[in-house]
Amino acid sequence: MTESTQAQPKAHLLEALRALPANGSPEWLKQIRSSGASLFEQTPFPHTKMEEWRHTNIAPIVQTDYAPLTGPTAHGLTREDAAPWSFAAQGWPEIVFVDGYFAPELSSLDALPEGVVLASLHDALAGPEAAHAEQHLNRYLRDRNAYTALNSALIQDGLYLRAAKNAAPETPLHVLYLTSARGADTAANVRNLVILEQGAQVQLIESHGALPGAPQYLNNIVTEAALAPNARLEHYKVVSEADAGNHLATTETRLDRDSYYGAFGFSFRGQIVRNQVCVRLEGENAECNLVGLYLNDRDRLLDNALDITHVVPHCRSRILYKGILGDASKAVFAGKVHVHREAQQTDSDQLSNNLLLSDTATIDAKPQLEIYADDVKCTHGATIGSPPEEVVFYFRSRGIGEEMARAMLTYGFADEIVDEVEIEPLTERLNDYIFEKYSPIR
Amino acid sequence: MTTTSESLETAKYKGSRVEESNRAAAEAANQKYKYGWETLIESDTMPPGLNEDIVRAISAKKNEPEWMTEWRLKAYHAWRKLAEPTWAKVHYEQPDFEALSYYSAPKQKEKKKSMDEVDPELLATFEKLGIPLDEQKRLANVAVDAVFDSVSVMTTHKEILAKKGIIFCSISEAIQDHPEIVKKYIGSVVPQNDNFYAALNSAVFSDGSFAYIPKGVKCPMDLSTYFRINQGGTGQFERTLIVAEEGAEVNYLEGCTAPMRDEHQLHAAVVEIYAHANATVRYSTVQNWYAGDEQGKGGVFNFVTKRGNCAGNNARISWTQVETGSAITWKYPSCILKGDNSVGEFYSVALTNNYQQADTGTKMIHLGKNTKSTIISKTISAGHSDNSYRGLVRINPKASNSRNYTQCDSLLIGNQCGAHTFPYLDVRNSTSSAEHEASTSKVSEDQLFYCQSRGIGTEDAISMVINGFCKEVFDHLPMEFAVEATKLLDLSLEGSVG
Repeated sequence: MTESTQAQPKAHLLEALRALPANGSPEWLKQIRSSGASLFEQTPFPHTKMEEWRHTNIAPIVQTDYAPLTGPTAHGLTREDAAPWSFAAQGWPEIVFVDGYFAPELSSLDALPEGVVLASLHDALAGPEAAHAEQHLNRYLRDRNAYTALNSALIQDGLYLRAAKNAAPETPLHVLYLTSARGADTAANVRNLVILEQGAQVQLIESHGALPGAPQYLNNIVTEAALAPNARLEHYKVVSEADAGNHLATTETRLDRDSYYGAFGFSFRGQIVRNQVCVRLEGENAECNLVGLYLNDRDRLLDNALDITHVVPHCRSRILYKGILGDASKAVFAGKVHVHREAQQTDSDQLSNNLLLSDTATIDAKPQLEIYADDVKCTHGATIGSPPEEVVFYFRSRGIGEEMARAMLTYGFADEIVDEVEIEPLTERLNDYIFEKYSPIR
Repeated sequence: MTTTSESLETAKYKGSRVEESNRAAAEAANQKYKYGWETLIESDTMPPGLNEDIVRAISAKKNEPEWMTEWRLKAYHAWRKLAEPTWAKVHYEQPDFEALSYYSAPKQKEKKKSMDEVDPELLATFEKLGIPLDEQKRLANVAVDAVFDSVSVMTTHKEILAKKGIIFCSISEAIQDHPEIVKKYIGSVVPQNDNFYAALNSAVFSDGSFAYIPKGVKCPMDLSTYFRINQGGTGQFERTLIVAEEGAEVNYLEGCTAPMRDEHQLHAAVVEIYAHANATVRYSTVQNWYAGDEQGKGGVFNFVTKRGNCAGNNARISWTQVETGSAITWKYPSCILKGDNSVGEFYSVALTNNYQQADTGTKMIHLGKNTKSTIISKTISAGHSDNSYRGLVRINPKASNSRNYTQCDSLLIGNQCGAHTFPYLDVRNSTSSAEHEASTSKVSEDQLFYCQSRGIGTEDAISMVINGFCKEVFDHLPMEFAVEATKLLDLSLEGSVG
């Protein structure tokens, strides 16, 4: 990659940034955007010489001149189009975004549970919620990379969720991001903000899907979540982008005392998909649980970058990620657990299991620990392999063909993760997907 | 305190390691670095700095053939183009490479034929180090190629080895006497431009050991070298080359001590092992260089490149290391598993105390079919030290049915130190498997309480727990080394426990 090919899109993007309408935004928001823009200007695009990106070559994204979408697209989608991803049949509150912008005509927000504000960020900033948003927006996102900086510079729309003190909706909330057959080489910029006040308990399902005819595109997503004392957030994310769709996402979560954050990531489709999940445990007795399943095939690249920082004592963290890799696909698992000097009595487990189904598939696993406190219990483990021959033989000796045996083993491998999901309609959907993918009976 | 020779005997005659470790632990309280002194031997030292002339001068001084000079120059030019690596988790003031002197040799008019001719002061040096040569001959079944600073002084047991056709000498001698073998293998595992320190070593290496085991020969004794840095302000650049022909077998021991100094000393060694089909090479190291004082002042910079190539089928290379010394350790003994069914092993104990920093680990590169690698790494951090394991396991697409097992455990003593694990698993073959396990914890209160309730003092109890923690690695060390290693751990942890 030469300097000139890399510099081109950046100059272009900076130009687009300057042309963005101010939209009568408050001063503090303008400030966030402009600091994001200057950070973006200073930060080089990720490249494989950077340690964090050593195995994740996103040059195809960097080198493409993705034009940011600065307003809603004329997608003309109907509820019927969104049906494959929707949970509307369950009667759950659902907010839908198309190409990064709120689509009220597809959303079901009439009967919101008490204490829950589920809206588009754009609307929230324009209304009474702005005061809450100001307290949290861009407060947790760290200086991660050029794309997260760009995301701040481009803040326009995204999910805004606030659960008031002790709010505990009975049903999950669903946020759906759709990519329409929009112009090729466009980038949607999504900025989400989730605020859980003291004692609030929320299940949030986040789905990403693309409609037939979606071209080569990029979705750049940043989510910030703030969990007040005793709050509990279960965050399920299902990524199924178009074959030519790219997905770069960073979630930054801050946990206060006695809070719980469960992040369940399911990555199924997309040309290049990167899920960065960063958690800071800043209050005692907080707990985070990062669980993930990734299925990869063709020549796709999938990166799960997890980063947990234990700042205070008596916190627990757990990582369990499983991957199944076929064809010439490539996956990167990077788990990093930081334990600060003060964070005594930390309990942290990390496990990454990977199944390789072909000789051309590649997995790079980096389960890392950085520990500065002595009274801790930290473990990590990683395994990479294929279904053991002995087990396949066992199946065959009982009259189950090799192909079926392998399919069952693969399914069983994935099932452990799906089992962690306690929302039945979602479990069914995930199971259907996995079954369809690995079943020898088509 | 006992010397190594006594501990040798203790180990041999009593054979009880537990007893030994307990005794050592009891004595640990008053131990200071006991090898801290300097022998005043006149030495001729090159002016500081490095340029083409210095490289030529070193080569000329050693009376090397033209090809060797050229080889060094090639390395020198590669070094000029390379940058010092900065990715390791260690922080230190970079050495000024222009202020270093790159050669020093004890003045010796001619090669000695018997012990009587050896400088008495030099002999006394070895005495203090615990390897009296005369006793070694009789006592241990070990041939010692003692390296004093850079030039090999004395070699024992040469005749026995010669009968088997084994060549064991200093690398300078090997360049003179066996140029065809050296020329063939030097740089074949660690090329001149491999990394910054390897390039520097290739350009200016002063001396080191050379071992050649012919086809089908099982070396009748463990080969051993004691290294010693002596001259103030000189880096020591050792170069070791071990070649095991088809079916050959050898155990190689390396042990190190250095005198106490205030200024940092640079050590950039290169070890190359070349194992042909069915050959087995076991390489054990106990490293106890000066680690600096309690305030982190002084200490050796240890930047070492060690690599073995299992070139033939069924070859086996095993690295065992106990690292307790040095202010900075940067060391990754690696195996290239090229031959089918070849085996690579890495057993390591790394202990850091005070302000020591260690970034150590291994690389296992699986290229051949059915290759196997095992990594067992135990790190112990105490005081204000930082200790990192950094390892790479790569299984290439053609390395079908390969296996790797990695276990890295860290023990933290005190809350001012850090333990870090940076494993990289890179697998491209579906019939292979790689497993990695790691844990970090402190010495368990329950274990300590159990010991104490049975009348074992805190210090002894901790010593026992630590020795137990390291047992998996010590089991792979030869007996003498295991005893010494146990003592070293106690010595290095002095003052930080209890």
